[in-house]
Amino acid sequence: MLTKRIIPCLDIKDGRTVKGINFLDLRDAGDPVELAAFYAEEGADELVFLDISATEEKRKTLAELVYHVAEKVNIPFTVGGGISSVEDVDILLKNGADKVSINSSAVKNPQLINDLVAKFGSQCIVVAIDAKQLNGEWKVHLVGGKVPTEVELFAWAKEVEERGAGEILFTSMDHDGTKNGFADEALGRMSAERNIPVIASGGAGNMQHFADTFINGKADAALAASVFHFKEMRIRDLKKELRKSGIPVRL
Amino acid sequence: MKIVIIDYGAGNIQSIRFAIQRLGYGASLSSDSEDIKTADKVIFPGVGEASSAMKKLRASGLDNLIPNLKQPVLGICLGMQLMCNSSEEGNTEGLGIFDVDVIRFSNRVKVPQIGWNEITRLKSDLFQGIEESEYIYLVHSYYAPVCNDTIAVSEYELNYSAALGRDNFYGTQFHPEKSSNGGERILQNFLGM
Repeated sequence: MLTKRIIPCLDIKDGRTVKGINFLDLRDAGDPVELAAFYAEEGADELVFLDISATEEKRKTLAELVYHVAEKVNIPFTVGGGISSVEDVDILLKNGADKVSINSSAVKNPQLINDLVAKFGSQCIVVAIDAKQLNGEWKVHLVGGKVPTEVELFAWAKEVEERGAGEILFTSMDHDGTKNGFADEALGRMSAERNIPVIASGGAGNMQHFADTFINGKADAALAASVFHFKEMRIRDLKKELRKSGIPVRL
Repeated sequence: MKIVIIDYGAGNIQSIRFAIQRLGYGASLSSDSEDIKTADKVIFPGVGEASSAMKKLRASGLDNLIPNLKQPVLGICLGMQLMCNSSEEGNTEGLGIFDVDVIRFSNRVKVPQIGWNEITRLKSDLFQGIEESEYIYLVHSYYAPVCNDTIAVSEYELNYSAALGRDNFYGTQFHPEKSSNGGERILQNFLGM
């Protein structure tokens, strides 16, 4: 049986994991490679690296990082953050990334999804969508959720699937950082309407939230950052709890 | 031991090379037929779309070479699918090593299947030391139905071939190089053949 995936997300700046990671037993919690290997051992099903640096050397630094992660880590990983062209994706995949995620660049130029899918295949193209509710309607936001657009969430999710994306990573800006649980209602609707996997993101605070997003949100995977980085929750413990609730997980 | 990964421009081959390195071996990438013929083990990777991958194989003559190899050959993901008779993806004629036709999952399930699933009914030395229901990582929209060449079964919508085997040829729908410690054991078993 296909299992539900637990995905820690690592924010990367200039080739280092950004502060806010509290791992006493790691030699260097700022080293993405070491942190990735740690999470793989902990039972993470996948990893997401989100590059938030804005330097000119960004592409090269990120490609090097991807290479070193691929060298060490024996589970799949996705790379995102500022990817906007076929060349960007080509470099990352050649260096060993399993998937890439695109976000703002896809909203600005939806044809990019088709171009990437044609060249690399659906299986490695994740479209990340940041959205929040404005006057009761879910609107897609750009630049890490800061800039609102007129694009409606569910219509965009449909278009993303039709253009060939292999997966949707949906972050609710209304839930992100709250630790009050995932946007299960919106997720449940998206998952029911779409025929590609949906990753839930934003709002994880406790183990029950993960169970809720798999059961009520019908999510195929759940992504979180701080609850794992600050060891509020160990991935293996989380998975044991999920299994007790009857949710299929890899243990 | 000479390990060659067939390089025909189809997708991420870095991961499999790194996985072999982690096991303490070296592997080279090659599209040269002499180089491939003289290897002790051949790995035939592939991600992407079937018909364009098959075109690349034909353009380099590898479509004639691969079915005639005598050493252990491991096809991974699309590599495995191309070793079958045909694929529904792009109406592609395959290499005909495994006697089965690759077809698409129906829309009753989410396609692609992405994630970790279990393998059961293991019957090959490839799975020495691997327990029934071990988890492996897959990303695919097409599958080989269960057939005489099936050496491992997985379930998604229905039972399908998670791995195929015939003579010196092996194929895994899953990615051993991304399947954690179990996957590494399977790769190790292959390299030990």
